[in-house]
Amino acid sequence: MNDRNYVIIGLVVFFAILTFPFWYNLGSASSAPELVLTKKAKEAEVCVEDADFMRREHMQMLNDWRDKVVREDKRTYTGKDGKQYNVSLSNTCMDCHSNKADFCDKCHNYTAANPYCWDCHTYPEVTQ
Amino acid sequence: MENTRRKFLKFTGISVLGLSSISIIDILNAKKAAAAADNSADPYAFPEKALTAERWGMVVDTRKLDTRINQKIIDACHTAHNVPDFSDPNLPGYSSANIRHKIKWIWDETYDHVFPEKADDFLADRLKKLPILTLCNQCANPPCVRVCPTKATFKREDGIVMMDFHRCIGCRFCMAACPYGSRSFNFRDPRPAIKNENKQYPTRMKGVVEKCNFCEERLAVGKQPACVEVSNGALVFGDLADPNSEVRKLLNKNYAIRRKQSLGTNPSVYYIV
Repeated sequence: MNDRNYVIIGLVVFFAILTFPFWYNLGSASSAPELVLTKKAKEAEVCVEDADFMRREHMQMLNDWRDKVVREDKRTYTGKDGKQYNVSLSNTCMDCHSNKADFCDKCHNYTAANPYCWDCHTYPEVTQ
Repeated sequence: MENTRRKFLKFTGISVLGLSSISIIDILNAKKAAAAADNSADPYAFPEKALTAERWGMVVDTRKLDTRINQKIIDACHTAHNVPDFSDPNLPGYSSANIRHKIKWIWDETYDHVFPEKADDFLADRLKKLPILTLCNQCANPPCVRVCPTKATFKREDGIVMMDFHRCIGCRFCMAACPYGSRSFNFRDPRPAIKNENKQYPTRMKGVVEKCNFCEERLAVGKQPACVEVSNGALVFGDLADPNSEVRKLLNKNYAIRRKQSLGTNPSVYYIV
């Protein structure tokens, strides 16, 4: 154990570098984005499912919607409250949530998620 | 000694009984779960107003085709499905080579191109110059489906050969397999070349193959295909499996041919010549 000091110094430097991102960004965390609902979305009060479910599961749900429509031709979705919806991102989701920049993009940018929906699907242009 | 063996056997017996009861509980639980799943019905359902068939097919009455009606039909289809038009010289980055990037779902060709096996030296004058509409034949034995490595192209139960653009990786095997040239590849971003975008229908992105889908999105809301709607009876759409359907009645009364039938693809588009 003649190199004890070197080993300890090496370990300290190693852990300092390892944890660098944590203490460098300490206290500078940006707050979670707040979503803006359109007037239409506010009036509707409920989404296809409840808000908590949509927040957690919308990505999985959109995948299911895509497969059901394209591959099985099942285009009607019945929510838990019994209301029926047309299974369509452009025509149902974006009908209420027409503010893509303030609704979709805000969280996606915050979490660095990069969904490719908009490569093909269109969204309503923002009306002032 | 004897006492210990007795104890051992008793213990083993009870253990076996206990363990087997666990599996019984498992089975009961599974039954309960299955019953619960039955109660929460599948939220997805087929659209109510949809037109349905056992095998969709089309009859093209070439006697009613001319350049004007063809253009009307092509425009109706291409507007409904956001098919780009790269031939506009005002497009940014336009070049005359754009013709090679042309996307077509329905287009017209001369008789000897549509029916190369039936081309003849002494063909009727009417047919020599007639522009005949061609589209995806929605084959009953589609070679494009066989070759697709990702199952992006698949045949639905009602006979429509569909594209799942989400799954297409742009390998173009289907284009090589299709004997009718019915498939087009997006060599460039189609969006700038779409003039009047139909917001109800998605566009495509660079790198996917596309083709006619027999307007399955219109059938789902109870409408006839866009081309049929504007064709003034030149195109007739219906169920080939139903002997009382309009298409079958037409085929019964008129002699009709199909494209490259000898290849065994079994097309669903018939031509009355």
